[in-house]
Order: sequence, then structure tokens, then C-alpha cells
Amino acid sequence: MSCIDIKRRDFLKTSVGAAAVAIAPGMLLFDMAHGKSEPVSGKVRWGMLIDTANCADGCDDCVTACNKENGLSGGLTATDSQWIRKVELKDMRTGRELALPMMCQHCEHPPCVDVCPTGASFKRADGIVLVDKHLCIGCRYCMMACPYKARSFVHEPLHDQNPDVPRGKGTVESCTMCVHRVDNGQQPACAEACPNKSILFGDLNDPESEISKKIRTVASTQVRADLGLNTGVRYQGL
Amino acid sequence: MLKLIAVMMALCSCSIANAAENAFTPKIDIGKGGQCVEDPQWMRKNHMHVLKHQRDETVHEGIRDDKHSLKNCIECHASTKDDSVIAREDSFCVACHRFEAVKIDCFECHSGTRKSAWLQRSAK
Repeated sequence: MSCIDIKRRDFLKTSVGAAAVAIAPGMLLFDMAHGKSEPVSGKVRWGMLIDTANCADGCDDCVTACNKENGLSGGLTATDSQWIRKVELKDMRTGRELALPMMCQHCEHPPCVDVCPTGASFKRADGIVLVDKHLCIGCRYCMMACPYKARSFVHEPLHDQNPDVPRGKGTVESCTMCVHRVDNGQQPACAEACPNKSILFGDLNDPESEISKKIRTVASTQVRADLGLNTGVRYQGL
Repeated sequence: MLKLIAVMMALCSCSIANAAENAFTPKIDIGKGGQCVEDPQWMRKNHMHVLKHQRDETVHEGIRDDKHSLKNCIECHASTKDDSVIAREDSFCVACHRFEAVKIDCFECHSGTRKSAWLQRSAK
């Protein structure tokens, strides 16, 4: 993506933001008694820092927690959905081994959103990349565009889904950063389940958040940083 | 003669009213029921627009105001017998939609079960 393209987008975003501010006073009229009635804010950018040094070899608690929370089968065949997977790496020259969880990296400039023909694949104001399954036609362009192979397609009819996580046949899905939990002020299931606390979840835009303080002090990298996607998920010790 | 016509008309309207309540209305299990979030007659006509508006706000903007959410509908209207709005012929959504011959796709993805019941079942 060229710089000009990004600048143009930023300009458009700012104009939308200005329009939102103009409407904002009216929002106070909303009934506050039921749930959260304000839209998510672009001031927040949710992200994760994964400490690969602490990620235990052979442990897959994050994967299990994700499967349970989102109602995934946990199967590993070509047609099973995987939102997060444990990847084991080995440097053949030095013999250094490394394990890390890999999932949707919640890019600032997501290629899946660029290619979506229906606008189903989108990035929320707070940086979470999602699929609107009401709009998804199951063409799977986004799956091809994603450099992280983070997305899955639902091949079979599903039953008894989590009421907070609707999933269905014929649509593409991926890690939602447990958006239903985040909106309620909770942590994503994987971050909560990690026994070594190696998944740190927080607001990358808030300089006082734990994650911002940590990425200021330790060396962290984005996977395929060369693509310039500015991922929301960062890895430490890679 | 006028009297006779009046009586006949009264009889007619009576039989239509009775028929409307008996043979031509769907039998619906309304679950817990109680006070709806909007006027019930208005909801019968407009619930689909309300749900569609809410779904876009929730998915794209993270507005989780539960007043008009599908989960809130299910919370009140899931049957007290099986905690579902779709499990049986007379379940809240199915009864009316079958009667009107309108196919709903909501439950291909969404759960038709009350959250508390789903939690209990998945804890087992």
C-alpha cells in the first residue's frame, strides 16, 4: 500500500471523526440503563504483546480456551476452523527452538479488508479486525489475502453456538480478539488462560497501559513487518 | 327487516372474531413474556427492522445496548420448558414464521437458546 493511499485514508477518517463529534451531544440522549450504548472509540487501539520466551513448549492452553470460548471443534483437518494455533519454530543453524501462538494479527492496514468485495471484512474503530457475517458471501478472498493464514471458512452447518459468538456455515471467520468479552471490559480468553501470562492484552494508544509501557522498554517485533501492515499483535523474543 | 340484517351482521362478525382467535392464529409459546421493550402490536410489524438496525450497530460499532438485541428477545421469549425460541413447532419465532411462511436465517448462526441455559449445558 502506498503512502499516498494511507494519507488519503487518514484524511477520510479525520473527516468522519469530525462528523461524529458534531453528532456526539445527541448521544447523551441515549437510554443509559441498558448495556453499553456508546460506539467504540478510535482513541483506543487494542493489541497484544506475546512473550515467546515464556510460551511453554507443548502447552496449548490458549488454543483450548479459544476453542471453548468460541465454540470451535478443536479439530485439525483442512475443514476445521482454527482461530489460534501454536507454531513451533527451529533455527536449523543454531538449533534454537521457539513456540508461539499465531492468530489474526489485527493489522492497522488489513489486506483482508482491502480485498473484501462486500465490505463484510472490516476494521472496527478500536483496531479489531472482524467479519460481518451478515454481509459475508463466503468468497474467501480474505483468506487468500491474509499473510498469516489466520482465517477459516465454515464448511458444515453448526448447532448450539455460544449466544455471544454467532458462527455459521458459508462464512469466513477468524480471531475476534474476543470482542464480546473486550466490550464488557474483560480480557480475551487466550490471554486469561495463559498459565505463564505470556499474552499481554491492552490499549496500544494509552501511554500509561501496561502493554505500552512494556513495548517501550523491551524489544518486540511484528511478524512480516516488511509488509507495513502495522499489526496489533507483537512478539517479544522472536 | 332492518333488525334481522343487524342481527345477521352481528352474528357474522362474531363468528369471524371467533374464527380469528381459534383456527387462523398460530399457537405461540411466548416464554416468560411480560412487558415488551416496545408496544407489542408495533413489534409484530417492525421487529425485523429493529433487529437489523441493532445488529449493524453492534457488529460495526460495538454498541451493545441490550434493549433491542436478539439476546434480549430470547431472554424473555425462550420457552420456559426448553429455553429455546426455535426448538418446537410452537416456539416463539417458529410458530409465527411458519404460519406466515417467512423463512428466517437468524438461527443458522445465532443461538436460539437462553444464555443462562447454554452456560449450564456447556459447563456439564
